[in-house]
Amino acid sequence: MTRTMKGIAFAIAEAIDQEMAERSDIVVLGEDVTYWGAVFGFTMGLHQKYGRDRVIDTPITEQTFFGMACGAASVGMHPVVSLMFVDFLGAGFDQMYNHIAKNHYMSGGQFAMPVTILTAIGGGYGDAAQHSQVLYGLFAHVPGFKVVVPATAYDAKGLTISALRDPNPVVIFGHKLLTGLPFLPFEGQEEEVPEERYTVEFGKAAIRREGSDLTMIAAGLMVHRCLRAADELARDGISAEVIDLRTLVPLDTETLVASARKTGRVLIVDEDYRSYGMTGEVAFHVQAGALDALKTPIRRLAVPDVPIPFSEPLERTVIPSVEQIVAEAKALLAAGARA
Amino acid sequence: MWKPEPSLADLRYTVEKAGLTPETLLTAYRQMCLIRSFEETIADRYYIGKTPQFNMAAGPIRGEMHLAVGQEAVAVGVGMHLRDADAVVSTHRPHHHALAKGVPADKLAAEIFGKVTGLCRGKGGHMHLFDAEHRFSCSGIVGASFPQAAGAAFAFRHRGEPHVAVAFAGEGAANHGTLAETLNAAVLWNLPLVIVIEDNMYADSTPKWQALAQPHQFQRALGFNVPAYLVDGMDLIDVWRAAKEAIERARAGYGPSFIEAVCYRYRGHFEGDAEEYRTREEVERWRQLDPIPRLGERLKRLGWADDATLERLRREAEEEVARAIAFAEQSPLPDPQEALVGVFR
Repeated sequence: MTRTMKGIAFAIAEAIDQEMAERSDIVVLGEDVTYWGAVFGFTMGLHQKYGRDRVIDTPITEQTFFGMACGAASVGMHPVVSLMFVDFLGAGFDQMYNHIAKNHYMSGGQFAMPVTILTAIGGGYGDAAQHSQVLYGLFAHVPGFKVVVPATAYDAKGLTISALRDPNPVVIFGHKLLTGLPFLPFEGQEEEVPEERYTVEFGKAAIRREGSDLTMIAAGLMVHRCLRAADELARDGISAEVIDLRTLVPLDTETLVASARKTGRVLIVDEDYRSYGMTGEVAFHVQAGALDALKTPIRRLAVPDVPIPFSEPLERTVIPSVEQIVAEAKALLAAGARA
Repeated sequence: MWKPEPSLADLRYTVEKAGLTPETLLTAYRQMCLIRSFEETIADRYYIGKTPQFNMAAGPIRGEMHLAVGQEAVAVGVGMHLRDADAVVSTHRPHHHALAKGVPADKLAAEIFGKVTGLCRGKGGHMHLFDAEHRFSCSGIVGASFPQAAGAAFAFRHRGEPHVAVAFAGEGAANHGTLAETLNAAVLWNLPLVIVIEDNMYADSTPKWQALAQPHQFQRALGFNVPAYLVDGMDLIDVWRAAKEAIERARAGYGPSFIEAVCYRYRGHFEGDAEEYRTREEVERWRQLDPIPRLGERLKRLGWADDATLERLRREAEEEVARAIAFAEQSPLPDPQEALVGVFR
C-alpha cells in the first residue's frame, strides 16, 4: 500500500517508528525530540507511542548526549541522536569524529558503533550564518561516518531504515526546505510512499532525469533546484541529466562517471561551502573516470566561501538558485568543445 | 591528605567494619604489584632507541607514554568491585585501569608495542585501548570518559541489567564541561554511574592550584546532589571502602556517586617530561606514601602476611608481567595492508 506523502520529515519519523516497533535496542536522544519532534519533525509522534523511556529529551549538552550515544552503542544499544541543526555540531563534534567515528577502527573491530544521527541542514528561509549551513562535507571528510542526504520522501524512509540496520555511524542530513512542515517553504514534491518497511541501499545514486547535453550532480535540496533548472533548460532545447547522490559516503562514482561519459559535460551543484568540499571530491572522481570523454572542464556552483548572510537578497546570492544553475549550465554548454 | 597510619586496633576495626578479608587484601597487593611492574617494564622498553637523543618515534614503543606509577591503589581499589559485564571508560593514562578491570596483560602489552596480537590488532595504541570482552575502553581526549560511561550506564538501566559503569578521569579533566553535564544527566536519569577522579595534582604541567577554583573537585558533585567521597588515593583500603559503597549503591539502582582520590604520579605526565613544574623534594615526600609498601606494612601488622608472602606475590606479579612483555616483543607486527580496512563494519 502506498499513500501520498509530503516531505522527508514524516518519512524519517515513520521509518524510526516502524523499526522501533520491532526492536528494543533503539532509543531516541536529543533536544526537543518529544513534543517538537526534534524541531524539524524527524522524531515526531514517537514519544506518544514509545514513551519517555525510549524517546528522551536531553539537556542542551551535545558533547554529553553524543558521548552517551557512544557509550550506549558500545554495550549494544542503537541510539538515534538528534543534532537539531547541523550548525550545532561544534558543541559535540569531539564525541562524533574522535569517538563514534573511530572506535570501531581503533578497537580493531571489537566495538561496533551503530549510531544514527539526524540533523537538519540548509538555508533559504532567513536563519542566517549559524542556522543555515549544510556542513556534510565535514562529516564526509572524517573516516567513519556514512553520509546520507535524502532528497525525496521515498528515499528518506528507505535510507533511514538502512541506517537503523547499519552497524556503523550514519548521519542523515535532512534539508529544512524538504521537510514538508507547515512553517517552512517546501521545495520538494508530494509523492507516493509505501506504508510497509523497505530499504534504500547506500552508495547508489539515482538518475532523477535523463538527458544528453550535460550532467548535473547534486544532493538534497539542490536536486530539486537542478530538476527545475533542467525544465527551464529544456525549454531552450537543452537536455540535462540530473543525478541525486543520495549518499556522499559511500559515493556512487560508477553512476557519475557513466553519466559524464555519456553527456561529456558536468556541472556539480552544492549548498555546502565551495572549497575543499563535495564539489571538489565529485569532480575528482568524474575526471579520474571520464577525462577522455569530457568536452569541457567540469564546472561547479556552491556557496562561495562566505557565511550565509541574513538579508534576503544577500542570502539569495550565495545559495545556488534555479536561475544560477540555469546560467551555469548555459555557460558550461557555451564553453567550446576541446580540440 | 597527610594522615597518620592507624593504630593496630584502629586498623583491625577498619578492615573488619569494611568486610575486608586477608584474601581480598592480598589480591589487591598482588594486583598493585602487577601494575607497578607492568608500568616500570613498559618504561624500561620505551627508552630503548630513545637514548641519548629522545625521539618519540624511535624504539619498539612509539608515541607518547603516560604511566600510572603511584596511582595503583585507585585503579585496584575500584576495579576489585567490578565484574566483566560492568563498563570502564578510561583516559590517556589507562594501563592501570585496564589491568584492574581484568584486561589481559599480554594483549595489553602487545597493543602498546603495536603488535597484531594486541587488543586492537595494533590500531589503537597506548591511549586507545579497547577490550569488548571486559567492557573496557578509553580515550586520549581529556574529558571524554564521563559521558561515554554515562551512556553505558544508561543502557544498563534501560535494559534493567544490574551492571555499573565507571568513568575514570584526572582532576584536570574534571574542569571540562562534560563533568558538569554528565553529573546533571546522571542524576536526572538515575544512572548506575561512578565517577572516579584521580586527583594527581597536575594537569599535564599545570598544578591544581592554578586551574581549580575550589580546593576539590568533589565539591562540584555535591552541587548536583551526587554523593561524593574524598579519599586517600595512596591508601588501597580507603579507596576500596568508598568504591564498595559507590558501586553497590549504583548496582542497587540508587544512582550515581563520585569519588575523588587524591594521589600522585611518581613519573612525569609523559615519559620524557622534564618535570620543571615540581620539585624532587615533593616527589620524595609522596614516595613516603607509596601505596604498595603501605599496604604491605599493614598486612604484616595485621598478621595476614609476612615478608616472604609479600615477596612471593611481588615475584608472581613480575613473572606475569615478564611473560606479557615477552609475548608482546615476540609477536609479529600487523600486515601493513591492515591499515586500510576496518573503518566500517
